[in-house]
Amino acid sequence: MTKKYIGKRILRNEDPRLLTGQALFVDDINIPGMYHAAFLRSDYAHARLKSIDVSAARKRPGVIAVYTAEDMGDDWKPGPPLVSPPPTVKDVIFFSRTQVPLVKDKVRHAGEPIAVVIAESRYIAEDAVEDIVVDLEPLKAVADLEKALRADSVLVHDDLESNLAAHMVQVKGDYRRVRDEADLVIKRRIVIDRGAAAAMENRGIVANWDAKSQQLTVWDTTQAPIPIRNGLASRLGLSAHQVRVIAPFLGGGFGPKMMMFYPEEMLIPWIAVKLARPIKWIEDRRENFYATTQEREQIHEVEMALTRDGRILGMSDIFLHDTGAYDPYGLTIPLNTQNHTMGPYDVANYYSEIKVVFTNKIITTPIRGAGRPQGIYIAERLLDIAAKELGIDPIEIRKRNYIPPDAFPYEHGIIDQAFSPLILDSGNYQPVLEKAATLIGYDEFIREEQPRLRAAGRHVGISIVSFIETTGVGPYEGARITVEADGKISVATGVGTQGQGHFTSFAQVVAEQLGVDVRDVHLVTGDTAEFHWGTGTFASRGAVVAGNAIHASAVAVRGKILKLASEILKAPEDELELEGGQVRVADIPQMSISLGELASRANPLRGAVEPGTEPGLEATAYFGPKYGATAFGTHAMILEVDPETMMVEIKRYVVVEDCGTVINPLILEGQIHGGVAMGIGNAYYEKLVYDENAQLLNASLMDYIIPTATEVPRIVVGHQETPSPLNPLGTKGAGEAGTIPVPALFAQALENALPEYNLEILETPLSPNRLFELLKEKEISR
Amino acid sequence: MPEDLDDWITSNNTPTSIHYPPFNSEMSMSHTIEIALTVNKIHYERRVEPRMLLSDFLRHELGLTGTHVGCEHGVCGACTILFDGQPVRSCLMFAVQADGHEILSIEGLGTPDNLHPLQQSFIEAHGVQCGFCTSGIILTLIPFLEGNPHPDEQEIRHAISGNICRCTGYQHIVDAVMLAAEKISVTQNGRILSEAKDLPPNYGS
Repeated sequence: MTKKYIGKRILRNEDPRLLTGQALFVDDINIPGMYHAAFLRSDYAHARLKSIDVSAARKRPGVIAVYTAEDMGDDWKPGPPLVSPPPTVKDVIFFSRTQVPLVKDKVRHAGEPIAVVIAESRYIAEDAVEDIVVDLEPLKAVADLEKALRADSVLVHDDLESNLAAHMVQVKGDYRRVRDEADLVIKRRIVIDRGAAAAMENRGIVANWDAKSQQLTVWDTTQAPIPIRNGLASRLGLSAHQVRVIAPFLGGGFGPKMMMFYPEEMLIPWIAVKLARPIKWIEDRRENFYATTQEREQIHEVEMALTRDGRILGMSDIFLHDTGAYDPYGLTIPLNTQNHTMGPYDVANYYSEIKVVFTNKIITTPIRGAGRPQGIYIAERLLDIAAKELGIDPIEIRKRNYIPPDAFPYEHGIIDQAFSPLILDSGNYQPVLEKAATLIGYDEFIREEQPRLRAAGRHVGISIVSFIETTGVGPYEGARITVEADGKISVATGVGTQGQGHFTSFAQVVAEQLGVDVRDVHLVTGDTAEFHWGTGTFASRGAVVAGNAIHASAVAVRGKILKLASEILKAPEDELELEGGQVRVADIPQMSISLGELASRANPLRGAVEPGTEPGLEATAYFGPKYGATAFGTHAMILEVDPETMMVEIKRYVVVEDCGTVINPLILEGQIHGGVAMGIGNAYYEKLVYDENAQLLNASLMDYIIPTATEVPRIVVGHQETPSPLNPLGTKGAGEAGTIPVPALFAQALENALPEYNLEILETPLSPNRLFELLKEKEISR
Repeated sequence: MPEDLDDWITSNNTPTSIHYPPFNSEMSMSHTIEIALTVNKIHYERRVEPRMLLSDFLRHELGLTGTHVGCEHGVCGACTILFDGQPVRSCLMFAVQADGHEILSIEGLGTPDNLHPLQQSFIEAHGVQCGFCTSGIILTLIPFLEGNPHPDEQEIRHAISGNICRCTGYQHIVDAVMLAAEKISVTQNGRILSEAKDLPPNYGS
């Protein structure tokens, strides 16, 4: 069946409000009588809290209250773990240590909140934070992952024997055996450092307790309003129906707004109930660097065993993963890494050992990519090295190792981030790679352009890398669709939205079933009063899990429409069609009824209805996949390095993506462009620099460099569609894909651009400075 | 400030027993200065604390929340407004500095039913994702396009290089500006379409 709405470049429903300043963000909430919060945060990364004196702060005019851990009494509790603990399989150790609302005994990372001031204005609240006298006894801090595991390291959590937070081994086949048989074994140490999500909107919470109606309303910059509601109700001793959490328009999410509960997220509602006043807290950018979660830091000792014709026999990876001061997000990131280290390749033998480490740094939780960029970096780097050592073309060695199209579903025999079996559902990799090579002009560049430019003294390099992205994990999402009396359609779903265009792409899914204009579909996301079952927007699952729940609801509503229209029009259902907001008999267009009229007839004010019928044209449905759908893609790039400044200029950039059925190519391209831009930051500009005392040295946008329009190139996007067999729409997630392969792509391109140095890049992020240092090292050793 | 507050915090009395000071009481407004300014063609007279940021004044005193604050240190560009026609970062100015001046914020540019051609182009080229940086980018571009009605791609990229967007990767923003340049010239100068800039190769379907 040809589709009318799905797959079309339909313009976004939500844009007019966003473009005119009319869209509601959390900091736009203003309630009469609202007070403002500011936090005292630790300057030290590791310190014992000896005493705290808030009396001067409490006396400052305009200050309403000041709270410390002690003031919270029995309500002081560490946050709940965000994901279930890992299954108790063999060789799994996991120590759950979750973040605390306010420091009680010991500070474990710089920026950890110690006290909160509530005042008439944010200005006064910040003044009063300065009034607080806190006695902190600094302790030696641990920042380095390897040092943290040494026997003489200080302990982040004194009740544990070491800083090992978790240990887990996953095995497939027998790596040791194939290692002995291999023609080539590549063994390297690969280091991946930290970055920030840096959504343009910082976090924020407004909480309002209405004592008379006993209702708590919370506006929260969260990607997961329903779990926040459930958690708040439980912590505050309220029924879930007394708590309404709204995630309005969010100024970007990228993962850290999925972390829950942040200390502030628990405290602000708690204080709102205590004071029976609306309370607002808006994070500032400096706090965002110290109090919002980060990601990516890992150290890998990896091996790849190959035959002389470049076929991978097996891989081994023992790696350290930095969870920071606490580990509320469990093993999600390192499991993702473990799942992606074999990339899109047919690897029969695999040994992977995760060691999660506590340090005195800010907590890590998933950021766009979520452990996947690290795994893909390793797979692609090792293949590049193997290609060089074996004298095989980088494209050819990838083709030789791809999982073949007839091998799907491809079962890896290990578990994924959701503790389900890691199964790659579908794919056809080689045509995607070939399309990317064609679009970038690979052969022509190698044959003609590069030799010509090199002869002219220019340092130009090309690269091409592939990746998979596991997406669309469960458990489930749901949606309720209602045909209104005016013929417009209202849709409610539980996921939050942070700019992905849900108001449009989900409307297309509905329009496809109900034959209405996309602009007549009104979607509500992220308001627990509208829909209160679900989890959230994360793991590239919106279009897959929520999209298919909406599809299922739309199919059910379509069924109700057809049944009623069939009775009224006295025509069999299979002769009816839905078009232009009307139901009509296919061959007799004058025999029709509007959806609005049908909706009114389905909800009569008087008269008898048949027993057992439900009123209205409305349906609620859910979708939960058996396991996640896996997307695939290839990126290719040509860049030029300025040998004086080490700045790079990206000359051409190509993405070919297979994320199954495309709902809206325009929105998909936007997601890819943005992902690539973040990936470029991850690869060459953005790095959070900590010193040996675990102090963050570049906590401002002056010093933490995010790519601007002059660093991000024009990106050419190509699509291939291999629909997922796991869901009716055939969708796979795409939100994180753009980010995943970029560091690997940069490494290959830089090596290719600077052949005279014979560089081997085994770290990310790089920077012009770091590239300069790497080249100097090479010069010295030559 | 009620004197019994300390007692209350630890004793957990019901909140209704507390006598709150009136909201924004004079007590906390230690020292204020009278300012008069024009925002979106409306004249305002207000008393403000000298330290109040212009961004906070616009957002919280005038309720013009379309000006977004992303970094409060003048780097991200989200809070850009037009100050006497020039783009400035409202987080780097005090409200008192705007005394006697004229400001345009995003609310003054167009409405959902009557969009400025640049705003319309952002819809058509998908130049918006989360929309947080958008107000600042649009207002940066208004004087830019006035001074350079036919920019090329590099000029556009340079013009918005002081505005960080974390969602779009900038490409669709650049496309939107090129589209707007074409529209504005067509509507204002009666130019014909064939003279307009060529759109980038992969623009549109």
